[in-house]
Amino acid sequence: MLRYFVRRVLLTVPVLLGVATLVFSLIHLVPGDPAQAMMGDGASPQDVAELRAKLGLDQPLLAQYVSFLRHAVTGDLGVSFRTGQPVTLMIVERIPATAELAVAAMLVAVMLAIPLGVVAAVWRGTAIDYGAMTFALAGVSIPNFWLGPLLAIVFAVELGWLPVSGRGTLAHLVLPAISLGLALAAILARMTRASLLDELNELYVRAARARGVSNAASITRHALGNSLVPLLTIIALQFGAVLTGAVITETIFAWPGIGRLLIQSIGFRDYPMVQGCILLIAVTYVSVNLITDLMYGFIDPRIRLE
Amino acid sequence: MTRSGAIIVAIVVVAALTAPWLLPWDAATQDLPNRLQGPTWQHWFGLDELGRDILARVLLGARVSLMVGSVVVGVSSILGMAIGGVSGYYGGWIDQSIGRVMDVLMAFPGMLLAIALVAVLGPSLVNVVLALAVIGWVGYARLVRGQVLRAREFEYVTAAKALGAGTARVLMRHVLPTALPPLLVQATLGMAGAILSEAALSFLGLGVQPPTPSWGTMINGGRVHLLDAPHLTIFPGLFLAIVVLGFNFLGDGLRDALDPHRK
Repeated sequence: MLRYFVRRVLLTVPVLLGVATLVFSLIHLVPGDPAQAMMGDGASPQDVAELRAKLGLDQPLLAQYVSFLRHAVTGDLGVSFRTGQPVTLMIVERIPATAELAVAAMLVAVMLAIPLGVVAAVWRGTAIDYGAMTFALAGVSIPNFWLGPLLAIVFAVELGWLPVSGRGTLAHLVLPAISLGLALAAILARMTRASLLDELNELYVRAARARGVSNAASITRHALGNSLVPLLTIIALQFGAVLTGAVITETIFAWPGIGRLLIQSIGFRDYPMVQGCILLIAVTYVSVNLITDLMYGFIDPRIRLE
Repeated sequence: MTRSGAIIVAIVVVAALTAPWLLPWDAATQDLPNRLQGPTWQHWFGLDELGRDILARVLLGARVSLMVGSVVVGVSSILGMAIGGVSGYYGGWIDQSIGRVMDVLMAFPGMLLAIALVAVLGPSLVNVVLALAVIGWVGYARLVRGQVLRAREFEYVTAAKALGAGTARVLMRHVLPTALPPLLVQATLGMAGAILSEAALSFLGLGVQPPTPSWGTMINGGRVHLLDAPHLTIFPGLFLAIVVLGFNFLGDGLRDALDPHRK
């Protein structure tokens, strides 16, 4: 078990190094001089040279790379060009908001998806199944940047039930969480259906039925629990989509998270902040995948013995 | 489901291609006195904040979306097929090296890397296509690599090698064609993904720039007028959702049709 854990953690190190390298190279992909691009055409050559030195862009590339990695490992992602504050500090302040939104969206998704998937699997091939799966496919197809404003019109403006934007109370969380969670719900519903159908064909479920266990009990007590295990991986993989979706949802609902900070920073050409946000989101995603793999190894002995 | 998807896609493609001849209104013609006017018999989807016909702009936006989707899917699938084919066929250090690059690119969730690339390269249609292709090829490469790993062990491939066929011929004639059916499914679903991603980037102000109509830009522009003129947001979003649904239906149907295990 320990060997599996250590091996899986060590395999993540080169990926994280690759992610950091790609994020480092972003600023060097800026057409022309990044310092000039950040300060605009009106900036004096002295100011541009000063910023270049401050960002370390006057150093040889290898020295810049080593310095970036050394600082990143210690959590130092530089200073925001716009505010002058440490990038790490500004990002850390926004983490709770994004985490709150991501968790709420995933809860919405799970609460919608599992009943929908179960209903579709149990009544396979009927109108209920087709209806549920069409709804699921529609959920994947509806963009959250369209759904969000429409939900805001209906529930915030017309009905006045919920606030339009901002963060504070639970009511503020409802519309962004639904807007972000619907696409994930659609994907999970399809997976729940497929996974439950597989389990319903397993011998242990048939044996339970043969022993006189009712249809409902064979599903809820026997098949459903096992069918939810593969969903763990899908939820973890979709966590990345939730983080990316949060960039858009936070922009729509003025939610003060990392996604909104990223888009604002792009607007201000605050490249150190852009690099910091991208790095944090990617590292979070890699970490969630790692934790999922480790949990999977814990749940399923076949995986850690491979 | 396949038929519904094919019909939706066909209607949108035909409408987008024939839009300039179908509609009496040009997408750039302004009717300022009637700006923000709702749907009428004259202008079925109403007018936007500059008095331009929304239906004409939605159909012109369909051209942009379909073009971006086709180019991204085309470039990504060709790149993915070449890289995945080489990786799976040769194996060894080539496979390992390509695998590590793919691992790093897959470590960026969704279109985050595309957002980052467009942010540094600057917002434009070309950069959107470039950014989406950079992240898009990985999925195709992984799929093709898996198929090639399987196909290279087939007896007819061994026979072709024994008959003296070169590596390029074996790959092109015997190995890669086995990857075509799943590649077709992925490409169809990839069209939906690319169209959504382009619209999302344009919505964030990182994609197609005004005055060129794009569904994402139109939805973003309409947000200011959500209360007084919701049709500015509703119609481009509805079209986007329908087209993406069409490609998803088509992709799903093709997957069921081409995979004997799903029948």
